[in-house]
Amino acid sequence: MPSLLEGNALFRGIYCWLAANEGNSGPGPCGEALRDGLLPVGWEWVAFFAAGLGIVMLLINVFLLLVMLYTYMERRLLGRFQARLGPNRTGPFGLLQPVADAIKLLTKEDLVPAGADRLLFNLAPIAMIVPVLLVLAVLPFGENSFLANINVGILFVVAVTSVNTLAMFMAGWASGNRYAMFGGMRAVAQLVSYEVPVVLSIVGILLYTGSLSMVDIVEAQRIPFILLQPLAFFIFIAGSSAEMNRSPFDLVEAESEIVSGYHTEYSGMKFGLFQLAEFGAVLVTSGVMATLFLKGWEGPVLPSHLWFLIKVFFFAFIMIWVRATLPRLRIDQVMDFAWKFLFPLSLINMFVTAVEVLVWEEPTLVQLWAMVGINLLVAVVGIVAFSFVFKRRGLSPSRVTPPLVVVEGD
Amino acid sequence: MPLRTEPITINIGPQHPSTHGVFRLRATFDGEVILDVEPVFGYLHRGSEKLAEERTYTQVITLTDRLDYVSSMINNQAYVLACEKLAGVEAPERGMYLRVIAAELQRIASHLVATGFLINDLGAFATPLMYCFREREKILDLFEMLCGARITVTYMRVGGVFQDAPEDFWPALKTFVKEMPIYLDEYEQLLSENEVLLIRTKGVAILSTETAINGSVSGPVLRSTGYPWDLRKADPYELYDRFDFEIPVGERGDNYDRYKVRISEMRQSIRILEQCMQQIEPGLVKTDVPLLLRPPVGEAYAHVESPKGELGFYVVSDGGVSPYRLKIRAPSFINLTILRELVIGLKLADMIVAFGSIDVNMGEVDR
Amino acid sequence: MTRLLTGEELAGHVRNAVPEAVEVWNDRDVVIRPGDVVDVCSYLKETPGLEFNYLNAISAVDYVEYFEVVYHLTSMIHNHSATLKTRVYGREEASVPSVVNIWHGADLQEREVWDLMGIQFTGHHNLKRVLLWDEFPGHPLRKDFLEEIR
Repeated sequence: MPSLLEGNALFRGIYCWLAANEGNSGPGPCGEALRDGLLPVGWEWVAFFAAGLGIVMLLINVFLLLVMLYTYMERRLLGRFQARLGPNRTGPFGLLQPVADAIKLLTKEDLVPAGADRLLFNLAPIAMIVPVLLVLAVLPFGENSFLANINVGILFVVAVTSVNTLAMFMAGWASGNRYAMFGGMRAVAQLVSYEVPVVLSIVGILLYTGSLSMVDIVEAQRIPFILLQPLAFFIFIAGSSAEMNRSPFDLVEAESEIVSGYHTEYSGMKFGLFQLAEFGAVLVTSGVMATLFLKGWEGPVLPSHLWFLIKVFFFAFIMIWVRATLPRLRIDQVMDFAWKFLFPLSLINMFVTAVEVLVWEEPTLVQLWAMVGINLLVAVVGIVAFSFVFKRRGLSPSRVTPPLVVVEGD
Repeated sequence: MPLRTEPITINIGPQHPSTHGVFRLRATFDGEVILDVEPVFGYLHRGSEKLAEERTYTQVITLTDRLDYVSSMINNQAYVLACEKLAGVEAPERGMYLRVIAAELQRIASHLVATGFLINDLGAFATPLMYCFREREKILDLFEMLCGARITVTYMRVGGVFQDAPEDFWPALKTFVKEMPIYLDEYEQLLSENEVLLIRTKGVAILSTETAINGSVSGPVLRSTGYPWDLRKADPYELYDRFDFEIPVGERGDNYDRYKVRISEMRQSIRILEQCMQQIEPGLVKTDVPLLLRPPVGEAYAHVESPKGELGFYVVSDGGVSPYRLKIRAPSFINLTILRELVIGLKLADMIVAFGSIDVNMGEVDR
Repeated sequence: MTRLLTGEELAGHVRNAVPEAVEVWNDRDVVIRPGDVVDVCSYLKETPGLEFNYLNAISAVDYVEYFEVVYHLTSMIHNHSATLKTRVYGREEASVPSVVNIWHGADLQEREVWDLMGIQFTGHHNLKRVLLWDEFPGHPLRKDFLEEIR
């Protein structure tokens, strides 16, 4: 409660507008000026919940609006990349296209297949969207704007986002569809594997900052970590695009192979929730990347919230760009990439960073720039060397002898 | 204790994003690995061969448009060549040149579609497909100038083509021939050196020359195995002996070679088009053949090199106004003979790509 | 240019394989007895100098009193082609030996002929309908198909 009242001006405003302050001894959280709230004494908890609810509603709605904007942006940009126009009929410049899509999805019939496990089937879309929204709780959007500055912020993000795997497997299994099951199986294999290099890539940053809190990480960046930790950034962006099923790792919903993967059987707004979660995940991950690697909200001249948004959409743009360019990898190549390419690289990165932190305990700016040089060198050499090895392996014959384990039905 | 596993069977198609129409593969998987596939055809069967027996020789041309609907010009050509062989007529030189121009343009268009969809099957989100369709659109515009239609052209007739090209066709063709190599370079820049594409296609689904020939495989799929068999060279029809062009072949017969052969073939088609534009002279485009053709009793087999392979028409005449029997040797259909051998042991994703790289058209498979 | 073997040449080769096989020949093609199809075809495929390694097409024509099965063959080594025919009498039990063990390419084509024309290929490992569904009545490319289903 204290962190909320201190860290968030909006929250304090709503709270103090509602809560009575009379019985308190000394200057309360609302200060001397605001004496009386609307509610009687003893009802502070109502004020607290109302303020919390208000700010969460605001946050989620603004976020969902941003996701709508992002879907529009993605479709327009993909249009540009693909030598076509993209949606431009609905509203000015086609800006109302996401609204039209939402209306369409909401009015569509909501089908549940006869062979589906109804409970899991209905639960999966919710389990999918909740982690995405939960990450918002620890994301600092601007100076002094965050819902909670918990001291395990980044750990919270990692923990919460891995719930998505479960949601995808739930959806895939409960649909009673073999394409969906393929998607669910792939999701488990892929997402669990990529969790490892992604977490290890963050460790390098934590060694510098010595704190898990997102706000501390932002404030510790004298030089943006994208320069100080280029290898970690590469691993993080590759790994997290795999965790979000973005091309070239979109095997979980590979359209040309398994139709839509785990959400093949979904229609209407449940399908809409999956889409929302996916696009929301892009924004949230971009937000995490901006916080970890690009100094979060910090920036000159412009207001901090705007800086944060610019950085988020910059990373989102990179992801759209990659999506429009690269073909998809095969499942064994995706797994190889995680375990034989990203995993060793993240270990190297962790080791190099640990040595640097050991040598320069309180680095000056010059020493920091020296670290930038060393780390860039390590990144380039590591990536080039490993891709050489990886490429040699990738050209080995793809055909495997099918195992003879055909079991007769009993 | 060994883990008890069970193979699962999936119906891929008839409605599936990458079966290129209504095609069904009954595939058995062990995890991601394919144990067995059984292709199921016939969802687009319209009985073209039976319908042809009820139509006049000229009317049948419209049926051939609808066989392989991304290369209708070449279907027209194969059919009218068979009829000309049967009736003993020959098209005038300008007519033949126009046919060759139309056929080579159509070959480029068809290969563009094949390449675009192959990369789409690989999982690139429609970008190369859209680029390929951008150029195909220009070819369709040229067809519109020639005959007023874009897909179902019905441009060719027994004894020539049905009308001469309009004046503004030639400058448009010239621009296209000049620009197309630049666009092809662009595709190659985007795709041929793309790491992901290379590791996904190189060495995957290798087809040997012996298997290909024994399985009656033809066209780019056969040439990708390194065997230079192109009917335009091996059995030159129309004017193909007058042009200077090469037969691109692959090295190992894998997915990458099948893609690469198509790209190279487009470059050769452009060379043929350039030579056509230099050599063509004014004149008649159609000999005087009655619209209600009654060829003498007999039979003829004519084959052309369609973008998919050897497209053959076997026409039997009983002296009447319509063919007594019309048999279509559909390359897409026969190329699928080797599909099972090609994909067993591959992973699901590679099977989709291997199927895409054979480049079949369901209109032609099911007829 | 692919050279089409004249009927006379081809008939000579066929007689080398099976002396009594040839029924009729003209300037373009040779008609052989249906029972000899496999022997003649494997001879044509394997004899040096002929080596018809490529089966272009198998077609079937319904001449009402008999069916004619037409094999268009090409040798990619010598670049020559040949047309081989065989006539099958009897509409109910029409059957020809399958050449699928000689040219794998005959697999789908023979299935198609069985499907649409109703000629059985004995020795084919998987002679099922290919374009039509299994319960389809009759074989539509036969000339009497319409009367048959009425």
